[in-house]
Amino acid sequence: MLRSSFTLTSLRPVLAAALVIAPAFAYAQTPAVQPAAQPTAQQLREEVERLRAEFEAVRDSYGERLAALEARLKGIEPGQPVPPVVTPPTAAPTAPPPTPGAPTEAQVPAGATGAGGPTGSLPFYGGASAMSKIFNPDIAVIGNFLGAFGENDVNPRPAFEMNEAEATFQAVVDPYARADFFLAFSPEGVEIEEGFLTFPTLPGGLLAKVGKFKQQVGKANTLHPHQLPWVDQPVVIDNLLGGDEGLNDSGISVSRLISNPWMFLEATGEVYQGSSSVFQSFERSDVSWVGRVRGYRDLTEATNLDVGASIAYGNNDVGPGFDTRLVGIDATLRYRPLRRAIYRRFMGRTELFWSDREQVADDVSAFGFYASGEYQFARRWFTGVRYDWSERAFDSSLVDKGPSVTLTYWPSEFSQVRGQYRRLRYAEGATANEFLFQFLFSIGAHGAHTF
Amino acid sequence: MKRTFLISTAIAAILAVNTAAVRAAVNVVTTTEDLWSIVKEIAGDKVSVESIARGYQDPHFVEAKPSFILKLNRADLLALVGLELEQAWLPPLVTQSRNAKIQPGSPGYLDASRTVKIADIPTGPVTRAMGDVHPQGNPHYWLDPENGRRIAKAVQAKLTELNPADSAYFAERYADFDRRLAEGEKRWQAAMAPYKGIKIVTYHRSWTNFAQVFGLDVIGYVEPKPGIPPSPAHTLTLVQEMKSQNVKIILVEPYFDVKTPNAIARDTGATVLVMPPSVGGVKEVPGYIQLFDYNINLLVAAIKKTGAR
Repeated sequence: MLRSSFTLTSLRPVLAAALVIAPAFAYAQTPAVQPAAQPTAQQLREEVERLRAEFEAVRDSYGERLAALEARLKGIEPGQPVPPVVTPPTAAPTAPPPTPGAPTEAQVPAGATGAGGPTGSLPFYGGASAMSKIFNPDIAVIGNFLGAFGENDVNPRPAFEMNEAEATFQAVVDPYARADFFLAFSPEGVEIEEGFLTFPTLPGGLLAKVGKFKQQVGKANTLHPHQLPWVDQPVVIDNLLGGDEGLNDSGISVSRLISNPWMFLEATGEVYQGSSSVFQSFERSDVSWVGRVRGYRDLTEATNLDVGASIAYGNNDVGPGFDTRLVGIDATLRYRPLRRAIYRRFMGRTELFWSDREQVADDVSAFGFYASGEYQFARRWFTGVRYDWSERAFDSSLVDKGPSVTLTYWPSEFSQVRGQYRRLRYAEGATANEFLFQFLFSIGAHGAHTF
Repeated sequence: MKRTFLISTAIAAILAVNTAAVRAAVNVVTTTEDLWSIVKEIAGDKVSVESIARGYQDPHFVEAKPSFILKLNRADLLALVGLELEQAWLPPLVTQSRNAKIQPGSPGYLDASRTVKIADIPTGPVTRAMGDVHPQGNPHYWLDPENGRRIAKAVQAKLTELNPADSAYFAERYADFDRRLAEGEKRWQAAMAPYKGIKIVTYHRSWTNFAQVFGLDVIGYVEPKPGIPPSPAHTLTLVQEMKSQNVKIILVEPYFDVKTPNAIARDTGATVLVMPPSVGGVKEVPGYIQLFDYNINLLVAAIKKTGAR
């Protein structure tokens, strides 16, 4: 569409020139046709009137033809031949017809920087039909199919399960904000997994989010199921951070960069309604709070260290006046050589959480952690290990622990197959030996990679 | 409760810290070293310029490291390649930059693809069955010197807008770059003139613009489809095709594994050339004009050696 209007704009001066030249030409020729008669002032006036009327008629006719051309060009998809221009009988000096068809190299006028998607791109290739899509959000659907073999008497999963289809909608709202929606369709129903507005350019270097989103507590809690390097969640997330849903609530988040010469340092403060698996509000004032500080530093161009500390505080589900406080620290070491970035990488990560939970009988202080490593050994192959150890939030004498190994195959950026062997020793004494597997696939817009 | 209060007060205090960073007059961040080099040509020492990606890195697979957020946070101008080349990593960096100047649509957001000639725009329906296609056209367009000139012109206009005091300086630098580029084009065309229409194979579809300008005939790719790693079946077909058409040159970008290209070379008697598509791809290529000098020399030497036609 951009291209079409460009053609028209460049055509307009030519037509305008034709409008001016045509009557002038005719006027110049008039004396040559009737050289003998010596016109009176009255005749001259009439002649001028006649010419003016003629000129206006020509102008109107060109105006109509221009409008018709414009309308026609709007309806044409580049690539299709332009219908021939019907020349009306009044044709004066003809302007060059619009170039038929679209050249294979689209030329975009310089300076036509538009505000489109996150990259500011306008799809100029689709013609009229694409016009209606320009302001549509980027849409993608991610399927997460899970399976399990082996035995687990404590927390069994189904043999096969289309666990989740996540639909994402992302777009710029206006010059001040962008919006991201992640809707999860699962066997339990439809849920707003996340849906929030981001203000990227607030004064004071602040970045604010408003809506429902994953709370900035640690790393694994902030990731969607398809972004995790495992089929399951680490046990500590299940035991202390509320399981599959994790800490995910409606609220407001504000973060700021802290300038310093040594590293990337970001502080985040968040306040939530108090409606997640850990925090529960009984009055409007029972909001829950989250604070996080994250530091990041490049050690070399291939290696970097990412560390964070988080705290979450709020009323828990026991009743009004009973609080839970969660403290977590996390560290991630990444290695990815730039020249071989698509073949090799390593990520080592650990997260530790301490939960203090007020209960009716007595307060419980529980601890849990996981440590994991993931290594890419070929363009399409990854392998990983993880060790889990975690007490339970409501009874610290119950400990679940055990190792896992994973193997992941990536046919392309848009799909992956993963297997995980997990040997978990539950506090009840039962040991679960399981083989979990997962198919992940995504269609639609190419989302950004997580870091 | 008391401890929580203390912690939240501490966080609030940190949030309130107002740091006065010392800033250069104009800070430019580019996504690739090619754009970095062109901006440098025009900006000279009046502007500080940094690139996010390195030239020896696959520009599709850069990581969105927080250290890049810091660079973008201080930028007055962001110059990007566009056409979805940086799709997987640039948008989150820009969102988190907390910098209104470089948001899409702002004056400090310069999408270089808006000013250049673009090749390989798909004309039919596009699906992912075709691999990692770029529906808006081939983003490796900087490998046509004419596009380099157009980018330079756009950069000159943008820098003049941001820093009007130095407009004469930028105009002078542009004229000088334009002149050296024109000389280069003559030199490169002359060097390639005897070999117009020579048949080659490339790893990825990075060289479409380059091939068009310098008269190379790309008859196939080591990748079966863009972004899809080599497969045995495709490699076999490619080897047969190369033998039947007597193709002696395989171009490989520095960030791809040369195992498959080497195997193909052994079967066909061809030469594998690790040819940088970007400034900084190898040490010998510190700038945009040297990129063509280096690549043309490499190519001509290989053609002479293999006697390819």
